[in-house]
Order: sequence, then structure tokens, then C-alpha cells
Amino acid sequence: MELVGRGIGQVFGDVTALAEIDVHVADGEVLGVIGPSGCGKSTLLAILGGLLKPSRGTVEVSGRKPPDCLAEIAYVFQDFNLLPWRTAEGNVRLPLEHHSMPEAERRERVAEALALIGLTEFAAAFPRQLSGGMRQRVGIARALAVRPAVLLLDEPLSALDAQTRELLMEDFQRIWLRDRTTAIYVTHNLTEALQLADRIAVFTRRPGRVREIVAVDVNRADRATPAGRARLAELHDHLWGAIRQEALVADRELEHA
Amino acid sequence: MPDGAMQAARPVRFRARGFVARRHPAASVVVFLALIAAWEAAVRLGLISELFLPAPSSVLAALRELIEDGTLRDNLAASLFRLLTGWAAGTIVGIAAGFAIGLSSLARAAGIPVISAIYPIPKIALLPLFILWLGIGETSRVTVVALGVFFPTCIATFGAIDNIPRGIIRMAQSFDVPPLAILRKVVLPAALPGILSAFRITAAVALLLLVAAEMIGAQSGIGAYVLAQGQLMQTDHLLAGVLVISVLGLLIGTGLSWLEKRLLTWR
Repeated sequence: MELVGRGIGQVFGDVTALAEIDVHVADGEVLGVIGPSGCGKSTLLAILGGLLKPSRGTVEVSGRKPPDCLAEIAYVFQDFNLLPWRTAEGNVRLPLEHHSMPEAERRERVAEALALIGLTEFAAAFPRQLSGGMRQRVGIARALAVRPAVLLLDEPLSALDAQTRELLMEDFQRIWLRDRTTAIYVTHNLTEALQLADRIAVFTRRPGRVREIVAVDVNRADRATPAGRARLAELHDHLWGAIRQEALVADRELEHA
Repeated sequence: MPDGAMQAARPVRFRARGFVARRHPAASVVVFLALIAAWEAAVRLGLISELFLPAPSSVLAALRELIEDGTLRDNLAASLFRLLTGWAAGTIVGIAAGFAIGLSSLARAAGIPVISAIYPIPKIALLPLFILWLGIGETSRVTVVALGVFFPTCIATFGAIDNIPRGIIRMAQSFDVPPLAILRKVVLPAALPGILSAFRITAAVALLLLVAAEMIGAQSGIGAYVLAQGQLMQTDHLLAGVLVISVLGLLIGTGLSWLEKRLLTWR
């Protein structure tokens, strides 16, 4: 499915978080969103996912749902938001429980989502027994279990250490090569965006606007090859050039929110 | 030794001694038994008058008497009935009010000033009023216990709901979990540890108010028994009654620990 936001603006009190944002994510595309801290990236994602009413603008989804889709939009959160009293399996089950379906199908969906991300042997573990990476894998499996048409990822790897982040990026890459789910991937990490996105929207500091959109013109499957890496490095320099000044000023701004 | 001179290799001195918690299980038992033994000895040697502080052995003998002639059973039954009905009523209404305040900003605006105004009143001071309203029977005593239990339960419940991370509720909303299911599957289990830890406080409050209420015009119950024995200078029976109350408190505490373990296995 595709997702279109038009003229989205968000004002909190007298602080303008988002100025006037137009986003368009095509069917099967992964849009990366990068920008300095506090530029309204997460606010935009909450608006696009229907978790926050924008002060201005509209959001629409259109197109064909994938087969067996239970929810058009599913989230993966930065701090996982697992229920600590449920096992990995129980957490993945949660979004399926209010949909009527045979219990066997529910079990199968949970098992498949857990297997897809390599969690099968941790199905019975509680979140406190799992590492950060495994916890986020539960969060990803939970989102995949509803077979969403659009996946919204809000800094999904920011709470993880560098090595775990690499491993989970491989998982995302695999899932996207398999399912071609439409996705928006919000991050402040340029490498993540370059590895995972098809296009990258660069945000300005607050009030957030789209400064430019950069196409990542390297095939997903070729991004680990020497030629692919070289091209990504060029894009990295370009993105950093665009974002450095914004980040520098944002960093020196006094918090008035 | 001058600065910069070569030194021979030697082990680094260990400097992190002390400030470490260790377990000494024997010490607690030894001190407890020693205190009892000293008390017994002091009475037997005539250092303490048996009338004012009877020896532990006399208290145990009095307790046996209480058990054998059925006094304990009758009084304990009366006390337990008041304790359980009062605690249960206060807990149910307190949790319900706590949920209302925790979930509805209107209930919060209406409820919190009233609760803040009434909470500091020592509830036992209201017993004479309740006796005027409800008569000298069971209802007034049960009401005092219930009222004492209500406030800490209500405050702990809405406090527990306030402390639920917003993120897990947003998560459930993002997956279109219906509101009632969010209440049952997210809010209730997330608030449960806070509510259960209030049970510890309310159990102690209930026991305290029960004994106090029974000392005002009750014919039965452990509190009434203790008061009557004091007036008769039967200090061994008095202390036997106190011992029963302590054991009751201990049993309730153990029961609550068991309940927490059963319900909060995930922690």
C-alpha cells in the first residue's frame, strides 16, 4: 500500500514541531527519515500512524492490502514497549487476540513471526530474561504477526549496542527482500538509513521541514559489495554535509519545550 | 623514595574492604532466643514482678488455656469476620475508586481534593460518630476498618496507574486493541504490583483499627478480650491475646508474600 501525508503541521503550545510536511511512500518502498534530535521525526511518525492528531494536514493510505493483513499499519518502537508479564510468544500474540480467527491460525501466525526473526527457541522467555536485541526482535515479530501493509519504525535500533544493531539491520534487510512491505524508518543514524532505505528524507531542525530527499541508488542486494559500499560512502558524506549544520545548531539550542 | 625512581614489582593492595552486605542467619535466631531466655530468667529470679510482666512460659500456659476452653476460637472468629469483611469492602471500593481516578480526569478532579481532605483524619476518631449513625453493632466497627483500608488502597491504585509507562498503552492502541481489552490486558496487570504492595499496608492498618475498635464497646473479639484481661490484671492472658494478634499479623504478611509470588512470577 502507499501512504501519503499532505501539509502536515504540528504545534505544541507555542512550539512549532512540524512546519509543513508532505510525505509520499510508494507501495513497497522504504522511506528513511533522518534529522537532528528534536526535529519532529517521531512526531511525524505518530501522526502518520494515527497515534497523534496533527494540527494541520491529512494522512491517507491507499492501494491493495497484502493477503492475510490484519492491520494496515504496525509500529516498531524505540523502547520496544513489551508487556513484561507476557512471554515473547504472549507479546507477539497480543495484537492477534482481538481478531476472530481459529486458535490454530493464531498459533501459526505467532510461530511464523517468531521463526522469521530467529526467536523460536526464546518463545517462552519473559522480556527481563532477554537481551536488548532479542527484546526488539520480539517487538518486530509482534508487528510482523499482523502482516501489516505499512510498517512504521521509530528509531528501532537506537536503544541497542552497535553490534546488535548490525545484526538487526541484516534481519530487516532479509525481511524487506522477502516481503517488500512499505515502511517508514525514522532514525538519527545515517548508516542505518543508507543500509535500509530506498529514499531518505532529510529533516531540518525544529520546526521540522523536509530539507531534501536523497535516493539511495544502490540495489538492496548490492549494498554489501565493494562498489555498493563506495557509493553508500559518497551518499553518507553528502547526507552528513546536509545534516551537520542542522545538528550543530540544534545541539546549541536551549530546550524550551 | 624519590619521584620517578624504579620500583620492584609488588601486588596491588586490595582496598575495597567492607561496605558489603552479608547474611548472618544464626545471629537473628540467637538474639531472639537470648531475649526470651533473659526475660524468663528475670521473672524466675524475681527481678521482674510476675504480675506486671509474666514469664514467657506463663504466657504460653495462658494461651493453651485459651485454646482449650474455646475462648480463643470465639474471639478469633468474631475478629476475623470483622477484619475480612472490613478489609474486603475497603479494598474493593478503593480499587474501583482508584481506577476511576487513574483513568478519568473528571473523576480525578472531583476525587482527589476529597481524598486529600479526609485521608489524614485518624479513622478511629470517627468510631463514636459511626456508633451514633450505625449503632453499636458490627456495622460501625466494620465501617471503621473499611474506611481505613479504602484510602491507602485508592491512593496506591491511582498511583500505580499513573506510573504505567505511556508507551505500552500507545503500543496497544497502535495495534487497535479495544479499550476494554487494554484495561484488562495492559492497565490491570501493569498496576497489579502497586496494588498488591498496598495490601501490605492496608492489612496492617486493618488489624490496628480492628483491635482499637474492639476496645470500644465490643463484647467479643481479640481486642475486647485483651482490654478485659487488663482490667482484671490477668497479664498472662492479656499477653496471650497480644501474641495471637501478632501471629495473625505475621500470617497475613506471609500470605501476602505468597500471593505476590504467585501473581508476579514475571518479575
